[in-house]
Amino acid sequence: MQEKDLIPHLYRTEFRKITAVLSKLFGIAHIEVAEDIVGDTFLLAAETWGLKGLPNNPTAWLYTVAKNKAKDFLKRDALFTQKISAEIKHSTAETHEIEIDLSGKNMQDSQLQMMFAICHPGIPPEAQIGLSLRILCGFGIDEIADAFLSNKETINKRLFRGREKLKELNVKIELPLEAEINKRIHNVLTTLYLLFNEGYYSTTRDKVLRKDLCLEAMRLTYMLIENESTNKPGVNALLSLMCFHASRFDARTNPKGELVLYDEQDTSLWNHELIAKGEYYLNKAATGDEISKYHLEAAIAYWHTNNDQPKWEKILQLYNKLLIIEYSPIAALNRTYALSKVYGKEMAIDEAEKLSLNKNHLYHTLLGDLYSTIDDVKAIQHLESALKLTRSSADKKLISNKIKKLCGQ
Amino acid sequence: MNEFVLIFRNDFQPEVKFSPDEMQAIMQQWQNWMGGIAAQNKLASSGNRLGGDGKTVKPGNIVTNGPYAEIKEMISGFIIVTADSIEEASEIAKGCPILNVGGNVEVRNIIPMNN
Amino acid sequence: MKEFVLIFRMDALPEAGYSSEELEPMMKKWENWLENLIAKNILVSHGNRLGAESRIIKNGKVITDGPYAEIKEIIGGYNIIRANSIDEAAEIAKSCPLIGDSAIEVRNIFDMNRK
Repeated sequence: MQEKDLIPHLYRTEFRKITAVLSKLFGIAHIEVAEDIVGDTFLLAAETWGLKGLPNNPTAWLYTVAKNKAKDFLKRDALFTQKISAEIKHSTAETHEIEIDLSGKNMQDSQLQMMFAICHPGIPPEAQIGLSLRILCGFGIDEIADAFLSNKETINKRLFRGREKLKELNVKIELPLEAEINKRIHNVLTTLYLLFNEGYYSTTRDKVLRKDLCLEAMRLTYMLIENESTNKPGVNALLSLMCFHASRFDARTNPKGELVLYDEQDTSLWNHELIAKGEYYLNKAATGDEISKYHLEAAIAYWHTNNDQPKWEKILQLYNKLLIIEYSPIAALNRTYALSKVYGKEMAIDEAEKLSLNKNHLYHTLLGDLYSTIDDVKAIQHLESALKLTRSSADKKLISNKIKKLCGQ
Repeated sequence: MNEFVLIFRNDFQPEVKFSPDEMQAIMQQWQNWMGGIAAQNKLASSGNRLGGDGKTVKPGNIVTNGPYAEIKEMISGFIIVTADSIEEASEIAKGCPILNVGGNVEVRNIIPMNN
Repeated sequence: MKEFVLIFRMDALPEAGYSSEELEPMMKKWENWLENLIAKNILVSHGNRLGAESRIIKNGKVITDGPYAEIKEIIGGYNIIRANSIDEAAEIAKSCPLIGDSAIEVRNIFDMNRK
């Protein structure tokens, strides 16, 4: 890792660990205090390391500084000491010095408990995801705004309401009972899934950070698998899905940073270790009765990693099932593509034209591909519509190349 | 958008036997039909497939065995679709694979609930 | 516990056969019955009430208007309950306040989510 990436990287990996431990120590009503202390710690790191150079062990440096800042805070803040510190002292067997346990185990437990606290059903879903991105993933407000295609002000309000609600409901930072875990895990998985997607599909971040995000989402998911009470089939399915996708991380962009489509990827760049892990967790996911969308998406990703027949029949069936569980335009388009592979372009065109996704550039790109060789004039019309609708320069380039090809240039 | 229920009916034909390959093909037709409706975001509910077990309760607490006898047909299942009109819902029903094996589809509008 | 669908078959839809004054006490009885099922945790789904709009799609994809052609009954609606057996489900159906000459068809549901 280059030095310029170090602080963002550490922020990504350490912010959530320390924040989770401190939040648990202070109680759910004071998450923001915990966030502020950790934020200060990083600011101090940036200044100090910039002046004096990197410490031997930057992570240990952060932990020590965060601990000291937390202790200072507890000593200094009168109100806090009266109200909260008394409880903490009481619960830590009347030791005078407050212990802040930043061991691996406690950090892991605290994060896991934090995930479930944030995903309490009383918290509005968009606040759950926002708070998770902030507290568990160390996203800045700007980054959350980007992820939601929203603005800073809206996100701040949303996070504020989420924190207020956590206080109001007096949500405990602890692992809930079995029945409650089952209720909340859906939201926990949605959050992890979004986090991974943000890393995988974001076009605005640089590659190193995007990979970090994907790995963080995978680590958090893996934490759920390591804990017996949260090791559910759906969790294994999600991790399997993440492994399959991550296996193509290096193959899906070229050295210039441009997107390389699946068909054109250099398969020797696929990470076979991750593919094997994907298969391992997919098998683990196949226990129990439930088939979640993660199961289906993981199975689709599995079929994309090999060329066994009947590959496209399987993918088509899986997309059919996925759409029945949950509609999304992208799944509808992918299904139609799979249909063309199995039953030919004519049938796929018929089905595609029923989709009414006229404002979606991918829809027109798909129809452009389906019409090419059947009716090149229509193909070009659709590709030109796609060109008008897309905003991404990478996509524009891809589409322009297709048009040039059809025009025989 | 309104909701319509598509009710599948088929003759009970114990004499007709399908080979495993034919059954596989039938299954695929159903999956593709349902997937196609879902891909248009018009599948409101994947409904239910009904088994052959049935009883009919008639006035006077008379219970008869077997599915309700409508001529020789019985209901094999239903799904719910969203459509602007019953004509549009009927267009969707035209693709139903039960039509390929002698069955039929009844399309009915659903009365919206107040609550 | 298994799930069963109760299909309400009538010779005419309630709103066609009765005035609104006649209908009101019937609906009240009906709602009480449903509330009783909810209280006992028997009701899985309220299901749907079906309206008079209807199309039939048959072989050759001909579309006919009107309620289900060959028979005088029309399906007025359905709901889904849970019971240990079809006999128990039929017993529950017996407790339903019937409207006119209705009959209730009780059918077992295939559990689609089980592998």
